[in-house]
Amino acid sequence: MLSIDALISGAMMVSLTFYALLGGADFGGGVWDLFASGSRKRAQRELIAEAIGPVWEANHVWLILVVVLLFTAFPPAFAGIATALHIPLTLMLIGIVLRGSAFTFRSYDRKTDDVQRRWGRVFSITSLITPVLLGVAVGAISSGRIRGEYSDFAAAFVSPWLAPFPFAVGFFALALFAFLAAVYLTLEARDEALREDFRLRALASAAAVGVMALAVFLLAENGAPVIRHSLTWSWWTWPLQSSTAVFAVGAIYALWARKFRLARICAAAQVALILWGWGAAQYPYLIVPDVTIYNSAAPAITLRLVWWALLAGSALLFPSLYYLFRVFKRGRAT
Amino acid sequence: MDDLLAARSQMAMSLAFHIIFAVAGVATPLMMCIAEWRWLRTRDETYLTLAKRWAKGTAILFAVGAVSGTVLSFELGLLWPEFMRWAGAIIGMPFSLEGFAFFTEAIFLGIYLYGWDRVSPLAHLAAGAIVALSGAASAVFVVIANAWMNTPTGFRLIDGKPVDIDPIAAMMNPAALGQTIHMLLAAYAAVGFAVAGIHAFLLLRDRRNIFHRHALAIALAVGGVSAVLQPVSGDLLGQMLARYQPVKLAAMEGQFKTEQGAPLRIGGLPDEESATTPHSIEIPYGLSLLAFHDPKAVVRGLEDFPRDVWPPVAIVHIAFQVMVTAGAAMALVALCAAYMAWRRKSLPDSRWFLRAVVAASPLGLIAIEAGWTVTEVGRQPWIIQGVMRTAQAVTPMTGLKIPFVTFTLIYIFLAAVVVWLLARQVAESPRVYAEPEGADNRGREYAFD
Ligand code: HDD
Ligand code: HEM
Ligand code: HEM
Repeated sequence: MLSIDALISGAMMVSLTFYALLGGADFGGGVWDLFASGSRKRAQRELIAEAIGPVWEANHVWLILVVVLLFTAFPPAFAGIATALHIPLTLMLIGIVLRGSAFTFRSYDRKTDDVQRRWGRVFSITSLITPVLLGVAVGAISSGRIRGEYSDFAAAFVSPWLAPFPFAVGFFALALFAFLAAVYLTLEARDEALREDFRLRALASAAAVGVMALAVFLLAENGAPVIRHSLTWSWWTWPLQSSTAVFAVGAIYALWARKFRLARICAAAQVALILWGWGAAQYPYLIVPDVTIYNSAAPAITLRLVWWALLAGSALLFPSLYYLFRVFKRGRAT
Repeated sequence: MDDLLAARSQMAMSLAFHIIFAVAGVATPLMMCIAEWRWLRTRDETYLTLAKRWAKGTAILFAVGAVSGTVLSFELGLLWPEFMRWAGAIIGMPFSLEGFAFFTEAIFLGIYLYGWDRVSPLAHLAAGAIVALSGAASAVFVVIANAWMNTPTGFRLIDGKPVDIDPIAAMMNPAALGQTIHMLLAAYAAVGFAVAGIHAFLLLRDRRNIFHRHALAIALAVGGVSAVLQPVSGDLLGQMLARYQPVKLAAMEGQFKTEQGAPLRIGGLPDEESATTPHSIEIPYGLSLLAFHDPKAVVRGLEDFPRDVWPPVAIVHIAFQVMVTAGAAMALVALCAAYMAWRRKSLPDSRWFLRAVVAASPLGLIAIEAGWTVTEVGRQPWIIQGVMRTAQAVTPMTGLKIPFVTFTLIYIFLAAVVVWLLARQVAESPRVYAEPEGADNRGREYAFD
């Protein structure tokens, strides 16, 4: 029987996975807005805006859910993370604020080119920076450098995140999000040439994902020894890593063969498995090496109530989400 | 500026900014739904145009509300980690429920805004209704959390640590019901008046534009009803304060001495040094009557409490005066409108009435900012009334001036853009006129513009 602490941290992982698969792709869309190029530049940007428009606000609530679950169920972990990572989280928030507003302002401002380009630039640059900072925060949590000691400013608030490993995780996250977005956009595109544009982008970013995955793994040796150890030695690691690899190769094959629906499934599975691999390696830590889901859990009564709230909320949420995506994402591709 | 002051200022600024967009998220969906429902009932296209117009404005406001709200949920930890460490398990519950309300709100807003020709008209209206309901629900949940900071319940305190916690009892805290009702009414009143003011302004320049008449009627109905109820709910809150937060009440009223038959002070500038509130107009027995419904009741003054638990008295008193004055003026305008509408059996549209509506239009938002100042500054020096001081809750991080200034500049910029975009929308508002109804004696004034 799983303990309730583990169940709730599992729910947080589920929520984080949805955030990566849905919200992450929105960030990735912004990245491709920035790198829009060639003769179909404008069409690429329009497709991205159209794909993100109806869903981005719902997609980013997954992050809020992770945050409220963290501070309700594991308050000391929230306090520890928010204190030590004040600087990268604040920068990430600035990115989130400017990105969401710029995206909306662009839709409702004048349609002249210069105005659109100005908001578009804010939107796309923040789409590039924000996921890196999110990844930096995740990397820092795993690195073992957050120690709950605040007497020395640099040691407490800078060195936990200003290091190669967290930044490698940051760029890994960026590559993954860009990859997801490109794969999804192949299905959103209605004309052949546009679909080809995103197919090539998906293949290129798949290569970037591979490179960054390797970099993260190598840097973990010194940058996150605890994670590296369990990624290397746990019983689950080889089945997990090999299935991740299967989906990665599958995604590339499917893109190559222009089987876009298959590519979407493989890409999503690959990203989800990478996240769960990280989650499993991190277990039971919330902040390596001092804070675990057991020593920071709220009293049982809170956890039970949160669990019931999660069940009731999901009964409301999933049908609504299904409806949203059915209304807007149905019958696009071939 | 020391770090604690910077943290408080950043929190206050972020909330003062977010609340404007949050109340729009609560109230505009209701108004859109009314317009759309009128369209389905009457098939008058003007109502459909109106619903679509309001939806555009809502989309802009909602996006800024969503991102500024995301900032707030992180700021609880970035600025007040010790508060969250202590209280997260007790009051996380309403925030978690709020999370699901955000989901339904964002999902169905997406359907509402982008789904005009993708779902059936009824499904569309239902989506709007869900947005309106979940907006109200998110306001309720977050205000419950705030009410708990004012009247904490649902735990026992042993050696400064909470034990035997009960999150449900925490949600049922004594201030919760009163504050949530007052906040919901505030949202409808403020947004109703703000929107009514815009359409009244345009009607003054274009008197027969049916579009603005319909809009004004709906906005005034939503805002007016709430504005009339608001003083009643405020009075209930005042009685709650008298029981649970006597220090805050005393500061609000500039009441330094403990008195039987305390007067109600209007205006004045409390002076903590001399412990008096000079230049105020005193209505004998007024305060005792309002707070306890008994002219002879004893009202405890600030002198009963040690100096180090006094909030900044002058700020709290003035903010309270501002809220009540604004509230009284809005209720008055609403009552006049109701009386004239009843007399004429149609929307009042005399020039001076429209001007009054324009003048009243910012009052609700001002009252909201003032009211929150009363609640939050009036609770100082506590972050959790009587349990934890704000100074104990703050992050050990230093240099907090920098994020405070940065966020302030960003928010000023966003506010300017939002105002500019909304003004552009308003300037492009449609011109719809009724069929000529024979002799229209308002035609002359119309020619005036
Ligand atoms: C449209 C806005 C609006 C209007 C017209 C009023 N208020 Fe208000 N008031 C608020 C908006 C508001 C608020 C901003 O929403 C507050 C802050 C916290 C809360 O729950 O509501 C508030 C708080 C608040 C409090 C403090 C509650 C606390 O600290 O726990 C009291 C005693 C009143 N109000 C009383 C009144 C009275 C007697 C009014 C008579 C006209 C009045 N309010 C009009
Ligand atoms: C510490 C206080 C607060 C926190 C942490 C907070 C958090 C949030 C968050 C995360 C969102 C974004 C939801 C989304 O993405 O759709 C949001 C939006 C919203 N908040 Fe707040 N909020 C706070 C205060 C308030 C208050 C005082 C109200 C009272 C009316 C309120 C009402 C709303 C509403 C109605 C929305 C959705 C509408 C919109 O985005 O414009 N919030 N809030
Ligand atoms: C319902 C949601 C709200 C919650 C949970 C909340 C929570 C907090 C917290 C944690 C603080 C910092 C600690 C403290 O100073 O006591 C604070 C301060 C403050 N908040 Fe709120 N707040 C809410 C709504 C608002 C709103 C809507 C405003 C709008 C103006 C506001 C105005 C302020 C001010 C002025 C302060 C600074 C008080 C001072 O330090 O003197 N609050 N709030």
